[in-house]
Formats: sequence, structure tokens, C-alpha cells
Amino acid sequence: MITFFIRHFDRTAIGFVTTLLLIAVVVPLLNLAVPESSAFHIPTYLVSLWGKYLAYALLALALDLVWGYCGILSLGHGAFFALGGYAMGMYLMRQIGARGVYADPVLPDFMVFLNWKELPITWYFFDHIGYTLLMIVLVPSVIAFVFGWFAFRSRVTGVYLSIITQSLTYALLLAFFRNDMGFGGNNGLTDFKYIIGFPVQAASTRATLFALTALFLALGFLLARAMVVSRFGQILASIRDAESRTRFLGYRVEHYKVLVFVVSAAMAGIAGALYVPQVGIINPSEFSPSNSIEAVIWVAVGGRGTLVGAAIGAVLVNFAKTWLTGSFPELWLYGLGALFILVTLFLPKGIVGSLAVVVQRMKGGSAA
Amino acid sequence: MNLDLTDSILYVDAVSVSFDGFKALNDLSFVVGRGELRAIIGPNGAGKTTMMDIVTGKTRPDNGMVIFDGSIDLTTRDESAIAALGIGRKFQKPTVFEGQTVEDNLLLAVEGPRSAWSSLFGWRSRVTVDQVLETLSTIRLGDLKHRLAGSLSHGQKQWLEIGMLLAQNPKLLLVDEPVAGMTDAETEETARLLTSIAGEHAVVVVEHDMSFVRALQCKVTCLHEGSVLAEGSIDAVSANDRVIDVYLGR
Repeated sequence: MITFFIRHFDRTAIGFVTTLLLIAVVVPLLNLAVPESSAFHIPTYLVSLWGKYLAYALLALALDLVWGYCGILSLGHGAFFALGGYAMGMYLMRQIGARGVYADPVLPDFMVFLNWKELPITWYFFDHIGYTLLMIVLVPSVIAFVFGWFAFRSRVTGVYLSIITQSLTYALLLAFFRNDMGFGGNNGLTDFKYIIGFPVQAASTRATLFALTALFLALGFLLARAMVVSRFGQILASIRDAESRTRFLGYRVEHYKVLVFVVSAAMAGIAGALYVPQVGIINPSEFSPSNSIEAVIWVAVGGRGTLVGAAIGAVLVNFAKTWLTGSFPELWLYGLGALFILVTLFLPKGIVGSLAVVVQRMKGGSAA
Repeated sequence: MNLDLTDSILYVDAVSVSFDGFKALNDLSFVVGRGELRAIIGPNGAGKTTMMDIVTGKTRPDNGMVIFDGSIDLTTRDESAIAALGIGRKFQKPTVFEGQTVEDNLLLAVEGPRSAWSSLFGWRSRVTVDQVLETLSTIRLGDLKHRLAGSLSHGQKQWLEIGMLLAQNPKLLLVDEPVAGMTDAETEETARLLTSIAGEHAVVVVEHDMSFVRALQCKVTCLHEGSVLAEGSIDAVSANDRVIDVYLGR
């Protein structure tokens, strides 16, 4: 196991994991231990904002695993992210308990408002964190499995697959909008108060959530990296580059695709669950197709098929989004569109992919 | 049971298939013996590639029987199941994994576990490595094993793909136009290679290049409009009036 990691982890990978571990410690320290008057103090709102970026980075990583390494361009990965987010949101709603506006010990406020008398079955056990953690992984995985099983067995590929992933997330968007689905309808789930007994708004909770997000991003990266450097990853690349050749060599292409799709969906679900307590709300708009497309842009900007690039792309684009929507709100969408076009035209390998080419060339040059 | 059937590696009986009313195969029947080398010729649209699609599970026949190895019905199985039974296929356009090295291409092809699970947690055995080295010397790409497959010449890619079939150690190889785009020297080399592997494996070659077919020195089947027009030695087939009319020309 150890030799495996030594052999397969280049400097970029080690640097990436080290950086994440470092910021998981340093950012909370600068927030909690450094007095507010100090120039080095990081305000809590920034900690949560950065935590949100890291959750997006984990989503981008999940997307890169299927798109960059297996050629499955999912335009619906936001759905898995949102499902994980809803699972976490349901736990947080039940943690409110009698502290809600209507002070019902069991029913969340919106159910009392809708005049419901009983908790729907879908909400059972969501007061237990263990069950919730299981559902965060299980719900996206099962949906990805069923969807993938039918789509990949029927050999739906390319644009057609992208379109049906888009329909998947749109269908879920419409479903979650309905009040009688029992997930808060239009308003979604919000007003969270406690998470595992700790106040959600407290700086220490926020800092912990940030550290956890960084940690899970590092773990997700290690898992994805281990998968893509294994023989499994080699076969994924073969499927991406010459699917029928792989099939005629005797590989069950659909099994490989389903497996990587499910792992990716689970990672996206975890990302969503980390996102929700930090932004304080989950509503059906998280299922909107444009979110999933934005995630594809992060991966393209950072560098498809590089993992590290996907994460970096997510953070950079969202930094730009925060800045642009703050300073020039009407320009953001044009900026995003222009970014995508420019990257496609001039940096087809994305930032990290292009850097890798430059580094290789410099090495080649010095050797010659 | 038919005597032909028990001796055969591939038994195709009365197979028909049509696409949108076009009869690609029309009551096609032929038999390939174990270890036999067979050339299949015929004009464009005669059904040569469709025949390979049927045998490898890419297309299902409308009716007829395809029996492999004397007893296994191929018409109900899909590509990966048929590949696992021991049928390898080379495409008309050389198809290799361009982003991977020559050696890795062969490692992916070598017979062994194919499940996603084993690819994640399995180990590669020493036997596999020996088999790859052996195949590399057979196809004469030993010096290029660390090169990316995408950087090979057209002819070398054809050989690599044949090598990938050999590494699978199949009982039957279906080879679609192996010498398209090859130089004369490469063509000769390929004829020698295919003749040498026949015997241990049955080989079915689809080809247009008549001098290459002649060099194979084997039984020839000529297809036309989805069924067999003539079958026999190259001299007999090329002297056949109907073959001359529809394919070779006067």
C-alpha cells in the first residue's frame, strides 16, 4: 500500500494533498486563535465562503473522474450534489426540533405550515447522524446505479448521454419543487440551528466544517487518484479512447462505466452534504441544469483529466464569480461564457494540463 | 449431428439479416475448421463485415445459426461474452489505444480476468509479462514497446492490433483487411505472420488484395450479395466465371 502511493504520487499530487492538509489547519487557526484586530485574522464569513469553494472542488473532482478519465460527459452531476445536500438538510431540519417557529418537537416548520400531522416515511431516522451519513452516500449512489445501469447497458453515449443526464437533474428539479414531495418545495430547507449538537452559526463549528471539507477533498483526491493509476483506470482510458476495441477484447464496458459513475456520484453527494451546513440552505435550484453545466466549465478551465486541475478550476472560477457578481453583477454570465470559449480555444487542456505541457517541454529542453 | 459441425470452429448456417429492407446477408452458410486459415473475398457490400458483426455479437441475425467450437450458439451472446469464449477481431481501420504504450496495449489484451473488480484489486502475474514479450517478438515491435501506440506507422498499428488478438489467445481470429495501407514488404510480412499463426488458431481473413490472398495459400470463399458465390482454392475461385463477372472483372 505504501509503496503503491510512493510509486504513483508525483510532485503535483503530493503538493496538492499537503496544501489541503495545511489549509485545513491554518485557516481555522487564523479564524479562531488570532484576534479580530490582527491583520492575519480570517473572518468567519470568509471561512464559510472558502469552505463552499472546497465543496465545489470536490464536485469538480467527481465530475473529472467520469468525464476526464472515462469520457462520460455528465451534465447532471449537480443532481447528486443536491441529493447529498438534501440528505444533510433533512438531518439539520430534524436537529431544530422544538426550537422551530411552531415548536413542534418532530415536524419541521414547513410541515406544520402545510398542516401535516405525521412525518413522511422519507424523513424517518434522519434525526440520527449515522443514518444520515449513510443516506448521503447511498441515495446518490443508488440513483446513479439505476440510471447508469439502463443508460450504459443500452449503450447510450456521447451527446445523447449528456442530454439524458441533463433531463435527470431537470426532472429532479421539478419533483423537488412540489410541496407534496415533502422536501420543503420551492423554499427548500433552511433555518438550520444545530449539527451534532453544535450551533451551526458558531465560528468554531464553521471552522470545523471548513477543515472537514478540506480533508474530504484530500481523501476524495486520493481515492480518485488511486483508481485512475490502477489497471481499472487504464481500462477507463481505453473505453474513453476506443470503446468498441475494449468491448471486443472482452471487457464489460458497461460494468466499468457504472462503477465509476456510482463512485463519482457518491463523491458528489458528500460534497453536497458538506456544502449545505456552510451555506445554510438547500433548495430545488441546486438541481437546475445550469449548475451542472457550470461544474463542467470548472473542470474544463482547470484541466480535464488531471483531477488537481478540476479542483483548482472550481476554486478559481468561483473566486471570479464572487468577485464579479459583487462588483459587476450584470457581467458575470458574460464573463463565464467568455471564459469557457477562451479556454476551449486557447487552453484546450485547461490550466493544469497546459502547465504540464510547458513543464515537460522545459525538461525536454534541458535534457537535450 | 452433422459431421461438419463437430469438426468446425465456426459453423454458419442459413444466416440472413436485413437493415431497413436491404438484405445484407442472404441465407449465408459456410464452415471453418479448427486451426484453418480462410480468406474471404467479395465486392463491396457483399456482406463481409456484416458477417463479422454477426459472429462477434455486434449484430443479431434475423434467422439462421452461428455455432462456435461445435456446440456454442453465438447468436444469443454479446461482444464481451463472445470475446471471452475465444474469438478475437481486428477492425478494418486499425484500432489500438493510441494514448497508451505498445506494451500496455498488449497487457490490456492478454487473456486473464476482465472484471472491473479484478482490475481494481488484482495483481498481474509473471506469466502475463512473458506472454507480452513473446507477442512483441512475434509482431516484431519489441524495440518499440515503450512508444505510444498513436505514434506508430499505419502498418505497425495493424500489427499491434493483430498482436493484441494473439495475446488474447483466441481459438478464432477474424481479421478485417489487415494489409490495407501497407507497403509491399509489410504485406508480405503480414501474410507470413498470419500463415504462421494458423494451425494453432483458426484465422478468417477478409481482404481485397488478391496477391496477398494468393500468398496465404488457403481455401478462399467469395461472397456476393450476402451469400457464398464460390468456394475452393484460389485458382479454382479466380477461374470461376461468376466470380470474374461480379468481382475480379474480365
